[in-house]
Amino acid sequence: MLDVKGLAKAAGGGGKEEIKIQRQITLPWSEAVRISVRNVTIRLGRTMITASGIVLGIAFLSSVWTSSVIQDGLQRAQLQQERELVEATARGQGESENANIENFTGISEEEQQAESSKRVWLVVMSLLVCGVGITNAMLMSVTERFREIGTMKCLGALDSFIVRLFLIEAVALGILGSVVGTILGHIAMLGIFSLRERSLSVAAKMDWGQMLVYLLLCILVGTVLSLVSAIAPAVRAARMRPAAALQTEI
Amino acid sequence: MAKITCPKCGEQIETDGTITVCPKCGVDLREVIGSLDVDYEERMKTIARDESVTTHEFIVRTRGLKKTYVMGEIEVPALRDIDLDVRRGEYLSIMGPSGSGKSTLFNMIGGLDKPTAGRCFIEEVDMAQLDAFELAWLRCRKIGYIFQTFNLIPVMTAIENVTLPMIFAGMGTDEMMERGRELLDLVGLGDRLDHKPYELSGGQQQRVAVARALANSPAIVLADEPTGNLDLHTGKEIIDLLKELNRASGVTVISATHDLKMIDVSDRVVHIRDGEIERIEQRHEIELEVGGMGA
Ligand SMILES: Nc1ncnc2c1ncn2[C@@H]1O[C@H](COP(=O)(O)OP(=O)(O)OP(=O)(O)O)[C@@H](O)[C@H]1O
Ligand SMILES: [Mg+2]
Repeated sequence: MLDVKGLAKAAGGGGKEEIKIQRQITLPWSEAVRISVRNVTIRLGRTMITASGIVLGIAFLSSVWTSSVIQDGLQRAQLQQERELVEATARGQGESENANIENFTGISEEEQQAESSKRVWLVVMSLLVCGVGITNAMLMSVTERFREIGTMKCLGALDSFIVRLFLIEAVALGILGSVVGTILGHIAMLGIFSLRERSLSVAAKMDWGQMLVYLLLCILVGTVLSLVSAIAPAVRAARMRPAAALQTEI
Repeated sequence: MAKITCPKCGEQIETDGTITVCPKCGVDLREVIGSLDVDYEERMKTIARDESVTTHEFIVRTRGLKKTYVMGEIEVPALRDIDLDVRRGEYLSIMGPSGSGKSTLFNMIGGLDKPTAGRCFIEEVDMAQLDAFELAWLRCRKIGYIFQTFNLIPVMTAIENVTLPMIFAGMGTDEMMERGRELLDLVGLGDRLDHKPYELSGGQQQRVAVARALANSPAIVLADEPTGNLDLHTGKEIIDLLKELNRASGVTVISATHDLKMIDVSDRVVHIRDGEIERIEQRHEIELEVGGMGA
């Protein structure tokens, strides 16, 4: 049976005895974060697919940077070894040949330059891969939720709420994806170099301070990239007329 | 957009209603913004075309409403010259065959799309004159929507779906949860608060949608084929629920349908065909018809 008294209270009675609450439209940040994070965690399968674009791109970037830090470390170690060798011989022969030490060591200037421009090229490439992958993933995840966006607008959401929800989601996804990607790329490179050098000393030889900076940079890049690439689709979706958003079928 | 002054630190803040704390000293501004509503009401009145009408008999009026969809070269006229007056507290059904323009009319009245020509008034306020914020306010507070496909947010539980419009309306958490529970209880889902939409049957999902439509005590409930995806029995239950609501609380219900079951709960039935009003049936005519069917 229907509770008629409850019913009378449920609707506004055509505005006759309207309850006076604040007449405004809001979406507090706390609620927005809660909703967005739930969206990310509940659609775990979907999140994985979206995030995999970020993971792959950032893993590439992280591996490029890791390998360069490892190579620097190995080079420095080698340099050290050679220098010790030369010093040992020099001590035997007297001070006069000290000036020649530099000639024995390291790689030539041109080689170094070629190496560094190759690295820049790789980093740029991986950023591009990242950007395209993430933009695509974001576009997909916004497009498949047009109907939901239309519904939210019917319930009184402003365009800015929709944008806010998607951007928070993008940041959450960005952090998640790039942390995973960074770790994967890093570990993969450590593994590869350890195998190649047939020793675990690779890790000991590298500059961990610099490595950490690069790894954090990876996470930052991934997060910023996913935020930036989510802006366009989110704004486009938010601006849609609710009728059009509701009509889309996927 | 309005300028308000922080009561504590005197900071001038430009707000569209989305800022609720002072950016400088963090004091809660909702009360100050609340008092702005007087201005809002004033503005509503000035926007209203006919100022002499103080207690509006008609909650919705449309005048010469036209909607033409343009698809490349072809123009599809979905609505041509709809003049419709809906009385406050009325239960109005809009009947018509598929493609006759019911959903299009629903979108115009609900402020979900803009007409090609003509005007639509809600409580004598011309919707074409409202800015984005005022439209959102209208959708949030004045109108409750029910769809054929339920359109619940899939990742949210029943109670979260029902309380979402209340979040937008700035209601406090405790009040919100209590009202959400009350509404779900009302539609017979008091024991399904934490179920996700996919854990509910179609009829139950539509009940959640009805509860959600009532979240902010709207003056109008707009339903576009609310029974379209339901079987006969479940559809009837939803209709009875809407009728009961309409009778008990006086909320105006406008429902598009091609379901004949809807007819005998309606105060009036508007028949549309090819985007035009064919005829309007009054209550006594409907009774005759329904009686005739029974005989
Ligand atoms: N977005 C659109 N673009 C182009 N034409 C449209 C669009 N929406 C509706 N129409 C056209 O407008 C006309 C009316 O459509 P509408 O959806 O209002 O019909 P309806 O009465 O709700 O039908 P149904 O009972 O099948 O839901 C139809 O001819 C339809 O093809
Ligand atoms: Mg329709």
